Parts: sequence; C-alpha cells; structure tokens
Amino acid sequence: NPVFAEGFGLGREALPAEIAAWDLDVRPDGTGLPAGSGDVLTGEEVFADKCASCHGDFAEGVGNWPKLAGGWDTLADEDPLKTVGSYWPYLSTTWDYVNRSMPFGDAQSLEADEVYAIVAYILYSNDLVEDDFVLSEETFADFEMPNQDGFIVDDRIETEHAQWVGEPCMENCKEDVQVTMRAMVLDVTPEAETAAPEAEAAVAPAAAPA
Amino acid sequence: MTQKTSRRTFLKKGLAAGAAATVAGGARAATPDPLITDVQPWASGLGDGVDATPYGLPIEFEGDVIRRNVEWLTADTISSINFTPIHALDGTITPQGCAFERHHSGAIELSKQDYRLMINGLVDRPLIFSYADLERFPRENHVYFCECAANTGMEWAGAQLNGAQFTHGMIHNMEYTGVPLRTILAEAGLGAAGDLADKWVYVEGADASSNGRSIPMEKALDDVLVAFKANGEALRKEHGYPVRLVVPGWEGNMWVKWLRRVEVMDGPVESREETSKYTDTLEDGTSRKWTWAMDAKSVVTSPSPQAPITHGKGPLVITGLAWSGRGAITRVDVSKDGGKSWETARLAKPGEKMALTRFYLDTDWDGADMFLQSRAMDETGYVQPTKAQLRAVRGLNSIYHNNCIQTWWVRPSGEAENVEVS
Repeated sequence: NPVFAEGFGLGREALPAEIAAWDLDVRPDGTGLPAGSGDVLTGEEVFADKCASCHGDFAEGVGNWPKLAGGWDTLADEDPLKTVGSYWPYLSTTWDYVNRSMPFGDAQSLEADEVYAIVAYILYSNDLVEDDFVLSEETFADFEMPNQDGFIVDDRIETEHAQWVGEPCMENCKEDVQVTMRAMVLDVTPEAETAAPEAEAAVAPAAAPA
Repeated sequence: MTQKTSRRTFLKKGLAAGAAATVAGGARAATPDPLITDVQPWASGLGDGVDATPYGLPIEFEGDVIRRNVEWLTADTISSINFTPIHALDGTITPQGCAFERHHSGAIELSKQDYRLMINGLVDRPLIFSYADLERFPRENHVYFCECAANTGMEWAGAQLNGAQFTHGMIHNMEYTGVPLRTILAEAGLGAAGDLADKWVYVEGADASSNGRSIPMEKALDDVLVAFKANGEALRKEHGYPVRLVVPGWEGNMWVKWLRRVEVMDGPVESREETSKYTDTLEDGTSRKWTWAMDAKSVVTSPSPQAPITHGKGPLVITGLAWSGRGAITRVDVSKDGGKSWETARLAKPGEKMALTRFYLDTDWDGADMFLQSRAMDETGYVQPTKAQLRAVRGLNSIYHNNCIQTWWVRPSGEAENVEVS
C-alpha cells in the first residue's frame, strides 16, 4: 500500500523540550536518571514532610496505606509482606515511580535531588544501606535489590496449559461434593449504600420503589 | 446484619413473585387480574415528551443495576476498584454507565482540545498528535473484554464475597472504534528501531499515576488499538476519555487510559505496575512477571447470590458469561451437582476472539439444592481449571489471574450462596 508506506502526513514533529518534559522513565540500568544526588538524612527530612503522613515515619505504612519497608524473607510465607526492600526487583522503579507519581495527590512536585534523597531513605528504612549513604546517578548502578532474581517470565503455557487441555470429564467425575467454604459465614459483602433497592434482581413491579 | 437484611428482602420479593405466580403459566386464575381488568393510568394518560430526556438513564426500577464499591478492599476510593453488575445484565455488551472502573489516581477530566499523544524513542520521527489528528487515520471496530488482572483475586483464599458482581465484576465488554497502534507507529517510522523482534513499547497515561506498562513489539504491531469510541459513543471520562489503549485478551491494567505517550524502546521499563504490582507470587516465594494474557474463564451470572430464583420449580434459565484472552470460546459446560456431571450449554452466538460470550442452559428445576458451576473451553483446547488445580500450581498468594471454576449453592428456597466445594 503506497499511501501507508509514505505515511499519512498526520501529526507534527515532537520538540526536544516536549520529549524531555514527558519522557521521564528510568530503566533498570539507570538509563533516564537525571543528574543529582541525595543522602539518607536529607531523605528522612523530606520523607517526614511529604510522605510519612501515609507511609509512616519509618516507611512502615499507616493504616491501609502501603508499607515501603519490612517483610524481608516473607515471600514464601502464608501472608507475605511485599515492600520495596522485600519484593521490588529494581531500584530504578522506585526512583521512577516516586518521581512521576508521588506524593499521592501532588505528583511531579519533587526536585530530582529530593527524589534521590527519598529513595536513599527508603533503602535505609529497609536496612539496605548505612545512614551516611548518598544516592546519585553514579552510585545508583552499584546497588542491587535483594529480590532482583525473584522473578520468572510467565510460564503458564508449560506449567498449566500443557496439563489442562483436552476433552474434560462429563459424567461420574467425582463421588462426593462437600461444602468446604461459605462466603455468608465470612459476611464481608457490602450492603446497598443508600435507600436504593438492593442489588438483587427485581422480580415484580411491586418490588420497585413507590 | 448482611444475612438478615438480605433474607428479609429476599422473602419480600419472594412473596411478590408468589402472587404473580398464581396468574402465570398453565395455572388457572381464581379471580381476574385488576392489572388487566382495570384501566391503568399508563393506558389512559400521557407519558413523557421527546424533549424530557436528551440523554437518558435507565428507568428507576432498574436502580439496583449499578456499579458497587467494596470499601475494605483498598485504602481509599481514588486508587481503587468498583464492580460491574454482571448478575443483572444479559447478552455481552456492557452498558458504559455501569461498566467497572479501576483508577490509580482518580478519573481525570481531559478535554479533546487539551489532549496530546506523543510517539518517541526509537522512531524515525518523534511525533505529537492532537485528538483531531487521530480521527483522520483509518479506523477499525472490534468487540473485546477488559478484565482486571485482580478479578476474582479476593477469592484465592476461599469463598469471600457473596455475588457474581463482586467475585467476577471487574470486567466489561465493549465495541471499540479506533486506530491500530501499528498505523500510528508506522507514521513515526520504525526504521530507526532496526530489528523489531527485541523491541518494546512503553505506554503511559496522562494521569498522575501514569500507569506505565511495557508491551512487546509483536503485540503492539498485532491487534493493539488506540481507541476513542466505545459502544458507539466517546469513551466515558472514567474509561479514559478521550483516548485509551485497547490490548485484546491481556490484563486490564495494560489498557492504559488517557493515553499520552508511546515510546519505542529496546527493552522493558520494569515499571511499578509490572514489578511491585501485576506480578504473581508463587508458593516458593518467586513471582511470575509479564503474565499478560487472561486465561479462559466463565461464571454463572443467574441464578447467583444477587439473582436468586424467585419463581419456584419448573423452567429455569441458567445463564452466564465465558471469555478467553487466548482466542474464542468454543464450549461451556454447566454442572448442577458441583462437578459430578456436566451438560454442554448453548452459546447465544459463536464465540469471538477475546470477547465475552453468553451461554444458556435451559433447564427444569425440581426445587432441590444445586451446586452450580460453569467450565469454559477455548479454541486452544484449554479447559477452565478448578481452584484446587490452580492452587496446586500457584499456591494462595498470586493475587492476580484467578480464573477458577465458581460454585453457587442454590438452596430449595431459591437463594444462592458463594461456596467452595470439595
């Protein structure tokens, strides 16, 4: 298709300043990191000011808000605690996500040096660095996260699909059926919030509001 | 309190249905029905004029067919989820107004005038498109399901939420109009990228969360759509107005809303949404990443806990939805005895690739307990597994991708409950 090959001539060239404003992503090897640095103690101050109201003074989390520290060696437990320290494979992700999307409700308000400092403090909160640690675009590459090798690429085709294909059982598939769990015993399903009818199928006009 | 209220409501509705039943079917009515013998106001007076409702909402009697929130699931309602009322819907197309939402920093308001889409990275010409530019590319129409990776996730550890809306309602199915991503990438030129086999695109939204995800180039050039219409009209604000990504068959998180940038890269970004989240922890503590496709799945939507049987014994329509991210649904089996025996249901229409498929089993209910299950098969030959089969491979902490067979215990009263069975 000659038209397609030549393109449609739609859009305009992106300017370098525009790309720089929006292309903020940081790769695991550090590509995309801006120049800058921050230390743990500065990070502690910034964190107390901008992060601790939700994430706690020690990044341990407040209420239901995410815990950023702790949970080491719990990934195989019944109730794993997944934090930056216990779970996240790459430091780049912490930098990238804090820089672009935090604080919640005031994203993209942090200077590069503040982000370096906050990330340094999160590492310190996870017992991964000493309190004199300075994170910069240079020291970044030296750091390896504890769970970096904890991930495998989706293997469902081999481990699951291979055994769950073919003609399934249609008759006499099992001898006995026993109820082992009941949602009504747990009783955590919300009721209707308002005076509106409950979310159950209306069965007759008489069931509708007057 | 839940049980008491539900039971009272159920009994009230059951009585109303019982009264109706005396004049229904093959039975003979004892007295004439005044709804027939008396002239009703709607048969005598006037209804609304055509100027009353420039854009309508459902009639008030359908006020229960709404999105629902489960407060305890998340820390706040901004980075949260709500649920499509699938128990009350039929067919396959989800009405946009009650189609589920999942935001990470709220549903933002972005006008077409303010909208910009950037293509950058390993392209010949980095480009900026306005919304109007996008409408000038050749368009395609496709129906696809969007299922949250976490749909049914609360059920990993047991039967928890009592209703198909809550257990399976992080899903919608719409007819999208948009431009293939490959067309837009071609406009920027992929010559600079060289061998495309090892290239990726990184896509992100205009909202504060950005929701950045990495997608391999093979998928980006295959069927990914840059969509601006759904079910015939503009996207709803909460679904990404004015432009979202449609990623057929793949987990809903990758369907980036308010799409603002596509970057061609020589590797994945490993962003927060593909490391901290949307990775699936196995029993030994290692985690799967890049679990993109949503496997074959189904659920009986009625009868179900929110849609009990209120008409007594006799003819009963058992119905539900089936879907697969790996192709078309070819068959759905339904069991009434907890999986001891199965009957093949009727598909309302032949299954379509990566789209919801409606199934029916028209049956005669004898009023006894039923343990209703449905089991989907897709064109790859894959058979929807039980929760026990999934747990045997993955353990209990995967959070995402729970496509297990669901069981509803239907009691002689017609009430139904979410249960697990042996």
